[in-house]
Amino acid sequence: MKASALMLNPELLEIILLSLEVSGIALAIATAAGLPLGAFIGLKRFPGRGVIISLMNTFMGLPPVVVGLFLYLILSRSGPLGFMGLLYTPSAMIIAQSALAFPIVISLSHSAIISVDPVIRQAALSLGATQFQVTAAVIHEARYGILSAVVAAFGRVTAEVGAILIVGGNIAGFTRVMTTTIALETDKGNFELALALGVVLLAISLAINTALHVMQKKGMAR
Amino acid sequence: MSLKPTARHIWKNYDGNPVLKDCSFSFEKNGIYVLTGPNGSGKSTFLRICALLEKPDKGEVEYSSDGNPVSNGIELKRRITLVLPRVGVFNTTVFKNVAYGLRIRGMQKREMESRVDAMLEFVGLIHKRDQNALTLSSGETQRLGIARALAIGPETLFLDEPTASVDVKNTEIIENIILTMGRKGGSTVVVTTHDREQAERLNGCLLVMKDGRIDGAGPPS
Repeated sequence: MKASALMLNPELLEIILLSLEVSGIALAIATAAGLPLGAFIGLKRFPGRGVIISLMNTFMGLPPVVVGLFLYLILSRSGPLGFMGLLYTPSAMIIAQSALAFPIVISLSHSAIISVDPVIRQAALSLGATQFQVTAAVIHEARYGILSAVVAAFGRVTAEVGAILIVGGNIAGFTRVMTTTIALETDKGNFELALALGVVLLAISLAINTALHVMQKKGMAR
Repeated sequence: MSLKPTARHIWKNYDGNPVLKDCSFSFEKNGIYVLTGPNGSGKSTFLRICALLEKPDKGEVEYSSDGNPVSNGIELKRRITLVLPRVGVFNTTVFKNVAYGLRIRGMQKREMESRVDAMLEFVGLIHKRDQNALTLSSGETQRLGIARALAIGPETLFLDEPTASVDVKNTEIIENIILTMGRKGGSTVVVTTHDREQAERLNGCLLVMKDGRIDGAGPPS
C-alpha cells in the first residue's frame, strides 16, 4: 500500500486528528497555566524562587514513562482520582501531555524573560510607564523566546509516547494516536504504515517550526 | 508653566560605599545645566535620583511648578524623563520606539504619527523610520533615545553622558540638538559629561560634581 493511499484511510485520518486534538489541548492548557507562571517567576523576586526554577528545570527532563506511571496510580480505580473514570480516555492522555509540557513552558518562558536586557525596564520607567506597562514591555521584548517555549512544548507533546501509552492504553478508535500507532505497527513489523505516520509527524513539526521561523524573521525585520 | 527639581541633602550608598554625600542643588531657571566631574563622582546616580528612577538613602527630591510643590506620582514622572547612557532600544521599528511614550499615554494615532515624525526629523532619523531600531549605530541609537524622550514633551529632561560612546559626527549632531533645545527654552535640560570641552561647548550653567556633592556652580568658563 502506498503512503498516499494510507493517508486517505479514514481510520488513519481519525488517528491523526485525535493526535492533533490531544496535543493541541494539552499545549493550550500547559501554555495557559505555564506562561503566566513563567512570567511571574521571571519578573518577581520572592522566597523559594530559586527552588521553583531548579525544580522546573529538572522536570523539563521528566521521563514520560514515570509521569505515565504516577498518573496511572492516581487515575486507576483504586487511586485518589479513580472515581472520575479518566483512565484509558483521551482526557488522561491530555493530562499526561500537559504535565510534560508544563515545566517546559514555565522554564523556557522564564529564561526568555530574564534574558531581556534590564535597561529595557529602565527605559520604559524613564518614559513614564506604570509598573503594569513596564511588565508588558518586558514580556513584549521576550515574545520570540516565549514563542520558542511554546514550540518546544509542542515538540514534546507531539513526540510523546510513553506516558500516553500507559494512561491511554492505545485503544483502537478511541485513544490510539500517531506515536502509539507507530510503536504498535513497528512491533508488528508493519513498517510502511509506521513510516507513513512518521512522515506525517515530521511534516507537522516542520510546518510549525517554519511558521515560527517566518514569524521571527518578519518580526526582526520590522 | 515650568517644572523645577530641587534635590535636598541626598545621600546614597552602594554596597556600603558612599556615592552621594549630602548633595543638594536647586535647578532654578529653565535652560541647559551641564553636570561635569570625573568618573565615579556620582553624576549618574544624582541624575537617576533627580529623575525619580532611584530613591536616595536619605534626603529628597522635590518638584515645583510656578512655586507650588508637585506631588510625586505617575503624573509627575510623565512630565520628566531621563535618557540613559545605554538607551534601551525596544526590538521593533525606530518609529514604534519613539512612539512608545506617547502610546502608553493613550495618544491618538494621527497625532502620535505627526509628533513622532517631527521628532525623527529633528534628530535626523526620519529616513530610518521603518527600520528595526536594533540595527542602528550607537550614535543613531543615542539620537533615537533623545527623540523618544523629546516626543513626550518633557518639562525636565535629563541626559546621562549622551555622547560617551558615539563618534565625532554624532557627537556634533547631539550637541546641536541639545543647544537647539536650550535655545527653544521652556524646559530644563540637565546633561552629564566628563568632557570639560564639551561642557563648555554646551554653554549652559556648569555644575561640578566632586566627592559625591556639587562642588560649584556657575556659567561656563
